[in-house]
This record gives sequence, structure tokens and C-alpha cells, in this order.
Amino acid sequence: MSGYIPNTDEDRQRMFEAIGIRGFEDLLSDIPQALRLKKQMSLPGPLDQQKLLAHMAGLSGKNKVYEEIYRGAGAYNHFIPPVVTQLASREEFVTAYTPYQPEISQGILQAIFEYQTMICELTGMDASNASVYDGATAAAEAASMCVDKRRNRVLIPSTVNPEAIEVISTWHRHSEASIEIIDVHGYTDHPRFFEDLLDDRCAAVLVQCPNYFGAYTDMQVIADMAHRAGAKLIAYVNPMSLGLLKAPGGYGADIAVGDCQPFGMPLSFGGPYQGFMACTEKLMRKLPGRIVGEARDHEGRRGFVLTMQAREQHIRREKASSNICSNQALNALTTAVYLSTLGPQGLAEVSRLCYENAHYLRDRLDEVDGFRCMDEPFFNEFTVLTEYHADDVLDLLEEYGILGGLKLNGNSMLWCATEMNSKESIDRLIDILEENFLS
Amino acid sequence: MTDENKLIFEKSREGRRCITFESCPAPDDIPKGMLREKPARLPEVAEVDLVRHYTGLSRKAHGVDNGFYPLGSCTMKYNPRINEEAASMRGFKCVHPYQEEKTVQGCLELMYNLKAALCEITGMHDMTLQPAAGAHGEFTGMLMIKAYHESRGDSNRNVMLVPDSAHGTNPASAAMAGFEVRQVPSDAAGCVDLAALRELAGSDTAGLMLTNPNTLGLFDTHIAEIADVVHEAGGLLYYDGANLNAVMGIVRPGDMGFDVIHLNLHKTFSTPHGGGGPGSGPVGCCEKLAPFLPAPVVVKRDIGYSLDYGSKQSIGSVKSFFGNFLVLVKAYTYIMSLGAQGLTDVSKNAVLNANYMFAKLRGSLDAPYDRPCMHEFVLSAKTLKEKSGVSALDLSKSMLDYGMHPPTMYFPLIVEEALMLEPTETESVETLDAACDIILELVRRAESDPESLHHSPYTTPITRLDEVAAARKPVVKYAFFERSGEE
Amino acid sequence: MNIPNNLRYTKSHEWVREDDGVYYIGITDYAQNEMGDIVFVELPSIGDEFTEGDIICTVESVKAVSDVYSPVSGVVQNVNEALEDAPELVNQDPYGSWFAELIDVEPGRLLSPEEYKRLIEEE
Repeated sequence: MSGYIPNTDEDRQRMFEAIGIRGFEDLLSDIPQALRLKKQMSLPGPLDQQKLLAHMAGLSGKNKVYEEIYRGAGAYNHFIPPVVTQLASREEFVTAYTPYQPEISQGILQAIFEYQTMICELTGMDASNASVYDGATAAAEAASMCVDKRRNRVLIPSTVNPEAIEVISTWHRHSEASIEIIDVHGYTDHPRFFEDLLDDRCAAVLVQCPNYFGAYTDMQVIADMAHRAGAKLIAYVNPMSLGLLKAPGGYGADIAVGDCQPFGMPLSFGGPYQGFMACTEKLMRKLPGRIVGEARDHEGRRGFVLTMQAREQHIRREKASSNICSNQALNALTTAVYLSTLGPQGLAEVSRLCYENAHYLRDRLDEVDGFRCMDEPFFNEFTVLTEYHADDVLDLLEEYGILGGLKLNGNSMLWCATEMNSKESIDRLIDILEENFLS
Repeated sequence: MTDENKLIFEKSREGRRCITFESCPAPDDIPKGMLREKPARLPEVAEVDLVRHYTGLSRKAHGVDNGFYPLGSCTMKYNPRINEEAASMRGFKCVHPYQEEKTVQGCLELMYNLKAALCEITGMHDMTLQPAAGAHGEFTGMLMIKAYHESRGDSNRNVMLVPDSAHGTNPASAAMAGFEVRQVPSDAAGCVDLAALRELAGSDTAGLMLTNPNTLGLFDTHIAEIADVVHEAGGLLYYDGANLNAVMGIVRPGDMGFDVIHLNLHKTFSTPHGGGGPGSGPVGCCEKLAPFLPAPVVVKRDIGYSLDYGSKQSIGSVKSFFGNFLVLVKAYTYIMSLGAQGLTDVSKNAVLNANYMFAKLRGSLDAPYDRPCMHEFVLSAKTLKEKSGVSALDLSKSMLDYGMHPPTMYFPLIVEEALMLEPTETESVETLDAACDIILELVRRAESDPESLHHSPYTTPITRLDEVAAARKPVVKYAFFERSGEE
Repeated sequence: MNIPNNLRYTKSHEWVREDDGVYYIGITDYAQNEMGDIVFVELPSIGDEFTEGDIICTVESVKAVSDVYSPVSGVVQNVNEALEDAPELVNQDPYGSWFAELIDVEPGRLLSPEEYKRLIEEE
């Protein structure tokens, strides 16, 4: 018998006798015969391990892996130090359950406590939870944290990632929140688009920084404007940018959210990634999901425990503000190991390289006739208008094993560079474009 | 404090590092107002110390790989290594979610075939693989039910019925979707009280959330009648798939009358729990609900596999991208390892293992529902507590001194001093015997020397923590020496 | 069980004290005992309006949460911020630890100390 089942037929016979039954059928008597499957399910397999690995290799081989990637838009190609992958694969971490029994889970609890600390440090906030599914759902949950009886409007500019906007809208379709998408007519989140819309029913303004088009703006101005109206600022940030850009706590954000995918998680066709949520002390008890806190045992030893559980679904049930149970704990561990591997100097180096390479790409691309790059300040992504059809650009690059920028529409593209794109490969990219489009 | 218990920040030394990148000057064109002022106080450690730190932490964690993990309702089965190997293949890891469809046919084919297999196993018509966890799937299912009723102009249906034995995520998910939650009581046999259900089901009923077998590990024989009551009232039946491990190849939720379901790939389909995720909560549905599934849906066309964004009635996305893809790879690998017969054997052995333990233990603790269970069973320490003062909590904490992970405690809420055990099929009879011996020993000790169990565990690195103080004055991050003017 | 004579009570274990048009509310000794160690009290905001029977506060222990229902209709004039830092005061001195002050009050039917005593004897 397969299925990773240790017991043999002899073992089972012994067990049947111990229970006092003749066989499996005696255990299934509560299931009405009329509902029982009459024939076996029609499924592929089973394949033995050797054939199975060959099958999986065959499937994975049907996907194209690019040598050079210039596409971001929420999924970034960063270097993952081998030690990160290896430590996060330790089987005690991988095969453990949620640490509800703290006495034998101190390793996981401490790792998460350290993760929470690192997120607070990066974002300049007072408290972080243990993770949520991804950046988009983190943003949706953050909106819930701000809404109350008197204020329910949540303003979101059109420069926020469209997938995040969709997730937030779906999430809040039946909630108290009123999600309002503000058209800012371009790439920049200029405060003037919000000013007239803020009133005493606004719960929050949610701004992505850098935004979907790559641009960042002076967040202090937006924060001040929101606060004057009594609303909160939710900053939706790329945490890698926080190696260079001001931390959300520094400009007065009330909640910082985003996705830690750049910190050690491979592209993986979109998941699993890892949403983070951090906030001011005042809002700490409104954070959804699990939170690890410090505690003492009876001998005064320091330990860690899941705390403030009375916020969560298993206690509040229909009165919980969020239903979240499992989160992305192993990915949060990956984030912590990555940030520990890089340290502050490593993070500074990587974020500078991202910035420099992306700006080099932008400047070189802008020099090619037919490409016009945006002027707005950016971190490592920027939008480009092209006279050529984006499909033609991408098809060309495809032949060279290059994944070009994301097509936004026929004539605009979103380009990204990280520490993985060297100046030499950028030069090569430009040569290819010039050779093909300018001859 | 020894090094062993230090936080990584306490091991940090200025200037130490694990890795260097190409050196690069700081940019000078970032406006001062948006420039980071001070670096984050991330750890500064050498690689050897980094490795020792996390190795040390892993030794203070307890996974299925370490020992028996009979957590009821969690299905802590063995996580096969081949799943991990498959999920680490470059062709899966290094693929950007926004690549052209023709360059990700392997991913799409895997997702399509996984969805087809899960639909076959559960008797559903179509499925989304997007939700990242069971609760996420429940919320998705709730939104679909609401959208369905609204599409028929039936906007009065704002009540979701939920059994009193349900997992907390059920009512929480229903509330998030804007439903008013009403509880359906359980009868003396631990199943849905049919008479009460008939009273509650009406023109304001959007649906009933149920798991079968239920959270007591009991199969509700009246499921067909339950389905009829709900359907006749115009409602839909939602299946919480947490307990699917009991019935694969034996009976299917679709055949029981369920209209929409979620699965927990990190339970039934052997993907690892990771200390609390990542999981995956696919949502399957009958044909009439298929238009409401989150977009995109993976489809198969003549030219290949594709993402279909077509349905105008889709509830929208519940997460970025397509789901926790690498988790899907692991579940697919598992299904391919087992095939139909293998999955059927899984469920049968899960049920056998639970009944074996139940038969051995039911004489020593209260068995509130004294009939054959499915893949899990509930015992109660109520009488033990009355006689000896030893509670379910004391028993659980004492198991830690024997190196055994305790079962689920105090759930479901309808049983006092509950202990819920789910051994799963991947445990040998010796493991089950050893676990039963420990529990029986503890019951004997409770009767002869209860005091010795009240303050356990004694042999773990840390003993019972003061959770009250931790919740009153939460300390949720390390307190560095405060700097002035920091961000 | 301590049941002071100068207060009025509700079936859901809240107490009320009136002082010159200002109503103070809290939870009873019975309630704090049932809750166990209280770790957090979520207070309303000043200016919030409540109808009798509305949920006005929540009280959390480590493993449970309990709703506090407003015994009267009224507007919150003040909240006891001391409970934010020291929720254990509710356990130590339930009748001295008021949660909120209400004005513009419409008092409904409240229980006398004797009626409340009978109620908890039956529970």
C-alpha cells in the first residue's frame, strides 16, 4: 500500500481485532450507501518517485526561464543568498504547526518576534503582525483597521497596483468601508487630487510608494493632508525601497503594508509571497492575524507567545474583524533570515544597486529614439512610452532570452531593474533595441 | 543569558556581515524629504553565527518530522520530500507571474490538472486555486454565495447558518461577507439538529456552512436531509473541507449535496504547515456557481492552457496573481504519487487509526459521543477534572514532558474540557500505541498524584508563560536602546 | 458575591450609578470573576451615542472576549482611561472601575440589588 502509510495488512488486522470489527466497512456505516462512490475516482497516477520526478521535470521544462528579467509590477527578481533558502528549509520550521503550544515552539515564536522587530525597524513603526497572505490583502486589511462608525471612506488613487485595487474592492464589497478610487490622471500622486475629497467621513487614504508606475512622491505632504482631515495614512510600500527611501513612520504613516517577496522569495509564478502589516502603537490592537509577544515563565525566564489572541477568529468568531487563521509564517521566517543575512549594509548595497541600475536603464532607454521615459522620481521601476508597439519590443527581446518590461497598453511599458541586471546586460539590451528598431 | 536564548539582535556586532554585493555610491538625487535618515537596525552577524542562530531556533521547534502530532482538525500528516523537490525546480521557481501564457504552459497545465483532480475528488464542477488559506477560501465561497443570490434578485438572503460546533473561521468569514450569522444547535448525537434547522431555514437563508465529518469527527448521516432543507428554503450548502481526509474515494461533498467547498491543501494534501503557512485554500463549486469564481480561471483550449478572465459575474480577485503556486505544485505531486486508490487508502487508514486510538482511550476519559468516529475523535476531561482537578490543559502540558505534541484543546466549544485527536494515516501502529500509553499514564497520574500535573511541563526549555501579563502590556518587538530623532 | 446596595444592575451583569444626571457604568463582581484575568478593555469614544442594549465596550481575557451592553441610552461624556493602562483594576475593584460616563440619559428598566442577587443565584 502506498500513500506514505506505514501500517501493513498484518498491522491493520491486529487493529481491527483491537477495535472489535471485521474491516474498514464497519467503520463507514454512518455514511449512507446511496451517497457512497460506486466506482473508483478517475485520477492520473500513481507514479513511483522516479517516474514522478521525471514527470515534474517535464512539466517545469514547459516553462521558459529567462536569463534577464526587466519586469516587476509586484514580483521582483532579486538575488537569494543560498544560506537563506537552506535555513528556511530546515524541516523543524517547515513541518511545524502554528505555535499554539509555546513551551515547545520557542524557536518559531522567537523567529517571528525577530521578524516583527525587523519589519518595525524597516518601516519605522511600533508594531507588526506575523504576516498575512500578500501585499494586496494586507492593504485590504489595513483599510478595515481604519474604518469605524463615523468614518468609512477609504480613498485610493489610480496609481495603486490594479490587482491590489481589485483585491481591496472585492474584500470590502460587503463591509462598512466605502472604497473610492481617485483618478489622478497620470503617474504622480499629487495631493491636489485628494484635497477636495477629504472630509470628516474619511477613514483613510491609501497610497502606494513607489506606486504602480514606479513613481514616488513626497509622502509627508499627503500624510499631513490626511491627518488634518482626521483620516489615517496607509502607506503601501516596496520594502526593498526602504533601504533608500524614507520609512513610513518617518513621514507619519499610521499603517505600513506591502509584500516581502523581494526578501528571499523566488518569483514562483506569483506565490507564495508574504504580506506585512505594521502600525503605530495606538492601532496595535486592531492588527489582524497572529502577533508574537514577549512573556516570562514562572522562573522569570524570557520566552515568546502568541498574544492578544482575543482579537482573532477562534475567539471572536463572527465578531472578529478578520477571519485570518493560517498566514505565511514560513515566508516571514525567510524574510527574517534574508534581512539578517544582508544586515543594514547589505540592504543598503542592494537597494543602491537597484536604484543605480534602474536609473542607468532609464537614461539609456530614453536616449533610444521612439522611447520616452517618465521624468518622475522613482526607485527601481519606471514607465516608458513607446512609439513601437510593446508586443514588438517584447517579441524581439524574447528571442534573446530577455523578459522585457510589462506591457501596460500598446504604447506604454513598465520597466524594472534590480541588482540582478548589470550595466553590461543593460548595454546589451539597448544594443538589441537600437539594432532592430533604428536600422 | 546564554547565547542559546539570545535574540539575533543581541548577537549583533557592528561591522559584521554575511554577504557583500557590488559596492555602489549612495544616490544624490533623492529629495531630502524622501531620503531615509538612519539605516534600520538589522542584525550584523557573520554567516557562521547566522547559521548557528537559526539552527538553534530550529531545535526549539517541533514539526511532524520530529514526532507524532495528533492535532484534531489540522491533519498533521507526513510532508513528503518529493513534494519539496518538485517545488524547488527552476522551471517553477524562476517564472514571473506576468510572463506570456505560451511561456508558462507547464504552470498552467499543472494548475489545470490539479483543479481537475480536486474537482473529481470532491464532485465539483470547477474551481479556483487563488485563495491562500482555508479561511481565505471560506471568505471567497461566502462572496460567491452572496453574488449568486444577488444575481437572481434575491437580496433578502442575508443570514448564514453556522453550527455551534463550527471552527471560528466559519462565522468570521460569513460576517466579513456581510452576512448575519445564526447558530444551528447540535443534537445529542453531536450532529446538526434537523428540527432546529427546519425552523431556522427560510427566505432569509443564504446558506448553511458545514463540515462532514463534523468537528467532532462524526459523519452526519442525515446530510441528504440537511441538504434538502437548505435547498428547499432556497439556500446553498457550503462545505468546509478541513475534514476531507476522512472521505476521499468514499464519498464526495458534491454527492452529499454541497454547492461550494473549500479545501485545505496544507491539511489533506500533505503540503507543509510551515509554522503557520503558507497554505492554500482552493474553492470548488457546482455548475451554477461557476460564473462567480474569482478570475482568472485556468482553461484548456486547442492551442494550450490559458487564463480566462471572461466571466462578467466573477466576484473579482481575492489575492494578487494566481494563488500560492509552489504549494499547488506540492499538492499536485502528492496526488500524482497516490492516484485514486492511494487517496482512498489514505482516508480509510486515517479513519482506522483514529478508531484504534479511540477504542484504547475511551474507557479512561469521557467520550461525549460514544460511537465510531471518522478520522478524528473528541474526548473530555470533564469527569477527570471534577474528581482530581486535572484539566485538559494540565494533561496537554504534561504530554510535553513525554516529548509528545498535545492534541487540540478546548475545541469544539460544545464539549467541556475537550481534547481532539487526529492521528492521520501516516502513523504506524507502534506510534499510536506509544501515544496511547502516554495518555493512559497521565490519566493514572492524575488520579494518584494530580498535583504533579498542574504546573507541567517541567522538562521543556521554558515552562508555562504568563500570558496575562503578555496580553496586558504587549511587547511585540525587541527594545533597542532608543536613539534620539530616529525614524 | 459583592453586590453594593447603592447601584442598579442589568441581566447581562453591568452596574449603573447615577450622580446628578451623569450615569457611570461598569461590570459586576460576578462578571469579572467569570472573565478571569482581564487583559484589555476597549472603551468607546467620547461623543459616541448608544441606545440601551447596544454594545458599548468589550472586555478581553487571554482566551475570551465579552461584550458590555449599555444599560441606558445616552451619550458618552468621558471614559476611564486608567483602564487602558491597567485593565486589572476591573478585577481588583469592579465597582470602582467605571468604564464610561453617560449624559442625556434615558434610563430604562434596571434591576435592584435584590433582583440582581436572585438572578446570579439562579445562574
